[in-house]
Amino acid sequence: MSSAATPEQELTLPKRNFYNTEYGLLSWLLTGDHKRIAMLYLFSITFFFFVGGAMAGLIRLELLTPLPDLMASDTYNKVFTLHGIVMIFLFLVPSVPATLGNFLIPIMIGAKDLAFPKINLLSWYLYIAGASCFVISMVNGGVDTGWTFTTPLSTHYVNTNVLTTGIGVFIAGFSSVFTGLNFIVTIHRMRAPGMTWFRLPLFVWANYAASILMVLGTPVLAIAIVLVALERAFGIGVFDPTKGGDPLLFQHLFWFYSHPAVYIMILPGMGVISEVISTFSRKRVFGYAAVAFSSVAIAVFGFFVWAHHMYIMGLSNYSALVFSLLTMLVAVPSAIKIFNWSATLYKGSISFDTPMLYAFGFIGLFTIGGLTGVFLGSLGTDIHLTETYFIVAHFHFVMVGGMLMAFLAGIHFWWPKMTGRMYPEGLSKVAAVITFVGFIFTFFPQFILGYLGMPRRYHAYPPEFQVLNVLSTAGATVLGIGYLIPILYLAWSVKYGKVAGSNPWNATGLEWQIQSPPLTENFTEIPEVDHEAYDYEWLEHKNRQEVKSIG
Amino acid sequence: MSHISPVLWQFLEKWLANSSLFPAEASTIAPYTDALYFFLILISLIGLVIVALLVGTFSVLYNKRRHPVAVQIEGSTLLEATWTIIPLGLFLIAFVWGALLYFRIYNPPPNAMNIYIVGKQWMWKAEHPGGQHEINALHIPIGRPIQLTLISQDVFHSFSIPAFRVKREAIPGRYTTVWFQATKVGSYHLFCTQYCGTAHSAMIGEIIVQTPEDYQAWLASSVSGASLAQNGERLFATLSCNACHNANPDSRGPSLANVYGSKLQLVTGGSVQVDDGYLRDAILNPSMHVTAGYAPIMPTYQGQISEEGIISLVEYIKTLDSNYRVQQTLNTTEIQNQKQAPATAPGTTVKP
Repeated sequence: MSSAATPEQELTLPKRNFYNTEYGLLSWLLTGDHKRIAMLYLFSITFFFFVGGAMAGLIRLELLTPLPDLMASDTYNKVFTLHGIVMIFLFLVPSVPATLGNFLIPIMIGAKDLAFPKINLLSWYLYIAGASCFVISMVNGGVDTGWTFTTPLSTHYVNTNVLTTGIGVFIAGFSSVFTGLNFIVTIHRMRAPGMTWFRLPLFVWANYAASILMVLGTPVLAIAIVLVALERAFGIGVFDPTKGGDPLLFQHLFWFYSHPAVYIMILPGMGVISEVISTFSRKRVFGYAAVAFSSVAIAVFGFFVWAHHMYIMGLSNYSALVFSLLTMLVAVPSAIKIFNWSATLYKGSISFDTPMLYAFGFIGLFTIGGLTGVFLGSLGTDIHLTETYFIVAHFHFVMVGGMLMAFLAGIHFWWPKMTGRMYPEGLSKVAAVITFVGFIFTFFPQFILGYLGMPRRYHAYPPEFQVLNVLSTAGATVLGIGYLIPILYLAWSVKYGKVAGSNPWNATGLEWQIQSPPLTENFTEIPEVDHEAYDYEWLEHKNRQEVKSIG
Repeated sequence: MSHISPVLWQFLEKWLANSSLFPAEASTIAPYTDALYFFLILISLIGLVIVALLVGTFSVLYNKRRHPVAVQIEGSTLLEATWTIIPLGLFLIAFVWGALLYFRIYNPPPNAMNIYIVGKQWMWKAEHPGGQHEINALHIPIGRPIQLTLISQDVFHSFSIPAFRVKREAIPGRYTTVWFQATKVGSYHLFCTQYCGTAHSAMIGEIIVQTPEDYQAWLASSVSGASLAQNGERLFATLSCNACHNANPDSRGPSLANVYGSKLQLVTGGSVQVDDGYLRDAILNPSMHVTAGYAPIMPTYQGQISEEGIISLVEYIKTLDSNYRVQQTLNTTEIQNQKQAPATAPGTTVKP
């Protein structure tokens, strides 16, 4: 089924690889190897994805009926708060960069490791420390501020574990700052000879843009969280209007990070899609420079649109105008990417392997997610749509429909590289389709609910909204199954999967030219790069040479 | 179809009757919002269809079996420009249209009737100018522009009326406004849409749109004594505001007659337009803006007046067009003070 050029002889796993150079728990916990750290991250984020997913399941179950009958209001508030916090800080932000990026960026640019292997390990420990804070606050009774920590609710009015959770966000933030820093330095300083900026795979460009956002944006979140903590603990009054503070200031600080954060989440996913679309259409990405620069444009414009979360909050009409205009501008690079990916298919030679199915899912869902963003960026419609289920549907289309699809595309695409084995092809395609269908059923009704006016974060709702909520909950069940299947067959494939060989997809990236799973040092000798990214003619030539030298 | 299962059928029928897919259009703004919404849906559909057609057609035409060898194409500046400029143009139309709508929704007409809304955990309190107040409900007449001046007593809330397509955040410490004009008699949902703690989803209510006659009848039947301005006057005397703000030649505070809506010179040299928000700040945080010619001696009333009290005071100051009654009240107070007991230390207020 795969598009690989299958050699006649039986493939075997390489004798030496990064898994079997060292054994034992400590060899993992003290490792500096970017691939091992990536695997540590993969386990951790998958675990927390299912924690967050369980919360989502509880939310949908509660919303099956209009009455608040499954749990108490406070419990519901805690559940959606933790769903948001866990999914954003423990899954979406680190998902592609910390796993796939960590594993692949050094190999893609022809380096033996990231620039700072120990800081890379520190990132993972910070992630775990932050996650532990969330777990502690969860065990101690949870937190119910919403993931947005809106003041003065979070500083004066709730009586839950705001400080513990805030410390968790603060620490987890530094994990992503360090990852970003590591990527930026690595991409600048450690490219192999001949690997110029415009020969970099688009995955690297996308992660580079996301890294800039991580490094520049996350500290502002840290500041905001510290101020919330000081206000809560000592009542310093920065955000308290009775002390002359400004509650809107918090929103400005918070969204100054949290809007760019959505680009931190989506950009690496876009990088994955570029790789996958190119590989399975056997064609270089249409308009390489446009796609690369659109990532950078998103990163730059992404910093100047934060107040579009605040149109109805008494922002002056004229500043709302400016932020709306900039929001429209930031939508354009995403449109450019979508059209470039579509055009990449033109005159390609397309095969529909699992990663490609997920990538198609991404294109469809991200297009809807992006276009509904225009509804919210446009000032007049935002008044009606904001704070309703429309916004919930919009960001789930982008984050789950977009990012999670991209993550799954990436995991399926590089799984053979990471483990050396293939997963069952048929089952994985079924899972991709189930995910897509389940997703549409879960989140599309929420657009209609939003226009009807159903507010987000509601524990109970008027009975006329029930039909759409039932559809959404039914869809969520299907979606849940769609996410469980890959976990099962991927775990199965680690032991029983067909051996993949070094380049099962016949892809051009440097990572596919080395053995899978790779050696600890990635390359036996540092490659000299003399071709552009996605150069299939170069690959064909190379394959022919190899066959000759063996024969 | 009903032969499948009558029970199931009835269930479905009841469900569909109870479910709605599109909200009622009950304000003058609603059709404008819906028009923009449909335009956005249209461009989204066109965009989505184009992308789906491109991906679908290419997937069929260039799949591996039919097209085994890919043709390498670098890119095309012309195409890049096309799919940059056309979406940009469409987004800019959405921007301009949306901005016009936003200005329409958030700039109330001058003849709008003002109702105050105070949000608090977890209820909405509406204060009508005539002194009628209601909780989690708002009665309004049809066909008349209504302005809401919102404030929150504690955390952020958001006042949302989906059938009117309007929404405005109620913020602690500052007034926000929104306006609408209802076009259909009926009862509509009022939601708090900003997450505000435990009973957020119970912070709901009803907007009751009535004919002018019914509305008058409701007003008449719901009077609870004094109007907002009358309450304000009482508070003005109780808090001894008139001790300084009395327009006497030796008064320590500026006269408040006709101050609302005027432009005030400040000691800092700047000037400020007097509106609800300014008056509120002047009461709670007097040293923020001091009127030119006066010393910053006014004490803060932070924590001494409820939001409703401030609203009454603001309403009272709005109605002040002379200082006659201020001085009358002051005289009465002074006479009473002299009569009662000279032992009372000067400066202490007499609570009525």
